[in-house]
Amino acid sequence: MAGKTLYDKVWDAHVVHAEDSETMLLYIDRHLVHEVTSPQAFEGLQIAGRQPWRTDSMLAVADHNVPTTSRANGIDDPVARLQIETLDTNCEHYDITEFKMSDLRQGIVHVIGPEQGATLPGMTVVCGDSHTSTHGAFGALAFGIGTSEVEHVMATQTLVQRKSKSLLVSVDGEVGAGVTAKDIVLAIIGEIGTAGGTGYTIEFSGDAIYALSMEGRMTVCNMSIEAGARAGMIAVDDTTIDYIKGRPFAPSADQWDAAVAAWRDLRSDDDAVFDKVVRIDASTIEPQVSWGTSPEMVTSVTGHVPDPAKLSDEAKAEGMQRALEYMDLEPLTPISDIKVDRVFIGSCTNSRIEDLRAAAAVIKERKVADSVKQALIVPGSGLVKQQAEKEGLDNIFIEAGFEWREPGCSMCLAMNADKLGDGERCASTSNRNFEGRQGKGGRTHLVSPAMAAAAAIAGHFVDVRIF
Amino acid sequence: MRAFTKLNGLAVPLMRNNIDTDAIIPKQFLKSIKRSGFGVNLFDEWRYLDPGYPGQDSSERQPDPEFVLNEERYAGAQVLIAGDNFGCGSSREHAVWALDDYGIRCVIAPSYADIFFNNSFKSGLLPIALDADTVNKLSEQCETTPGYQLTIDLEAQTVTTPEGEVINFDVDPFRKECLLEGLDEIGLTLQKRNSIEDYESKRKQSAPWLFN
Ligand code: SF4
Repeated sequence: MAGKTLYDKVWDAHVVHAEDSETMLLYIDRHLVHEVTSPQAFEGLQIAGRQPWRTDSMLAVADHNVPTTSRANGIDDPVARLQIETLDTNCEHYDITEFKMSDLRQGIVHVIGPEQGATLPGMTVVCGDSHTSTHGAFGALAFGIGTSEVEHVMATQTLVQRKSKSLLVSVDGEVGAGVTAKDIVLAIIGEIGTAGGTGYTIEFSGDAIYALSMEGRMTVCNMSIEAGARAGMIAVDDTTIDYIKGRPFAPSADQWDAAVAAWRDLRSDDDAVFDKVVRIDASTIEPQVSWGTSPEMVTSVTGHVPDPAKLSDEAKAEGMQRALEYMDLEPLTPISDIKVDRVFIGSCTNSRIEDLRAAAAVIKERKVADSVKQALIVPGSGLVKQQAEKEGLDNIFIEAGFEWREPGCSMCLAMNADKLGDGERCASTSNRNFEGRQGKGGRTHLVSPAMAAAAAIAGHFVDVRIF
Repeated sequence: MRAFTKLNGLAVPLMRNNIDTDAIIPKQFLKSIKRSGFGVNLFDEWRYLDPGYPGQDSSERQPDPEFVLNEERYAGAQVLIAGDNFGCGSSREHAVWALDDYGIRCVIAPSYADIFFNNSFKSGLLPIALDADTVNKLSEQCETTPGYQLTIDLEAQTVTTPEGEVINFDVDPFRKECLLEGLDEIGLTLQKRNSIEDYESKRKQSAPWLFN
């Protein structure tokens, strides 16, 4: 019999009951909660007169709707305020741990889980948010769920799930200087497409992946969903274990050794068989910039906007044409000729300390171009912000003309006041370049933090390797 | 949950690929703490020329006459025919609630994003996957035939066209059962309370650090 994949191992360890040969009842270890997808679930519980099964598995935070400017006076938008107050009330009522807006530990849900050690190897982690895939960087099975499933997990600590197929994406060899985790994952999506991972759980492996820090691995797993996969995972190694050690929710000293021993097995067996395998040569990956309205519409910074006339597939050409119209781009324009109006460095993809360090290294002693209307840095959590300030990064940003904000989702999805105006173009370190994602009529180009920083300084995209 | 058994409904074609949940229901409407009322903002940025915000008086909006859902002939549509990878992007179940609230009971597309697909069943919205050629054919027929109605029979797993062509579709047996009966999934799972408790007590022994 073939060996097991990492996914098989975590899946098998969580099966409570088999509904039929394919549908299983799966136990959930960690349930992260935020303000947007939970109110209707809490209401459902109340209407049915049910209690949460295990509140100690839950960790809640408001991130999507929070203002990133001073919070001293609360939230102006009454609808957003009600949603956040609803989360506060629900968490108080059920005695669920919540990092409130005034708490130093508040931040984007996918940043704070790992930061607190609340995400551990081998766990099943869910959240009413598609970027829950981020937590797979720890060898956890982590995936986003809808609000009905949020309620199901609250009430039963389980989910009814069908096992997906397995896809191995191996990034072999070494990336060149200036090429980051974000470029790796954008290149993967460019290769396999936004539906390339649909129906699969991806395992990322290969030297280029194992060479990444945990921050970088989280960036890669974060965007699994942009390749269509609900979950992306990376095997546990020393990097994983070193990161977890000493974090507030990590196993206590007397349980540590046993936990580590169990985690060491969280990798695919050598003879494990995957349903599909994709290999990518790391040395071919260049800094990436998306040009369209889907994350698969991406190319390298040295490239050009593609030409729909060169596509033989009519439907594809039409989709490309529509995207170019929305983005207001001419075919064959060099990527480095594209000017930006705003720059956003933040989101659960790229707002961790390492991302801010990478941006600061590019920005140091330079100034944001006059043509750039706004350049925002939004740290992923209060703790990331504090760490950056300790290292003096905030001064580098502020002196260069960036705005240094409070943590939250911010311009990643523009639910708060941070958004693009109609027709504005943004270099963004977030994960989705969908139409209107950052504001109605806004145009998003996805890039790494270093590339976003360089675009802010130059006023247009530039190859950070020669900047 | 509302049961889904049989439907005979007007179809509307929206043949774009990768229709994401941000397009189905834009983020500003997710601030609501309710499950209902999202229908007027379904496809908001495509449907209206003016920007939409929560709590607006929808009678004062400017519908985009070019957008298919605004065409008179598709008023009251219950079946949406769409392109590949429907419902990709954010996990927001609000996308399903918006379709449902608008009156869409069934989507037919070549493929779906996983989370959207799962979410649909929870609100009694049936997502049917058919091969791309068949979906294209249905959408063309729909465009050229006024009042194009499809009959969807979940029990028999068939879609029947106005001309009487019968197309079979696949559905997972567990989901089919839940949908046909309109079962409360949480209630069903809670019948297995003992299995969950057994699992937990074993797991507490083997991996106690998961229960801190
Ligand atoms: S940062 Fe963006 S992608 Fe991440 S959770 Fe927030 S809104 Fe979603």
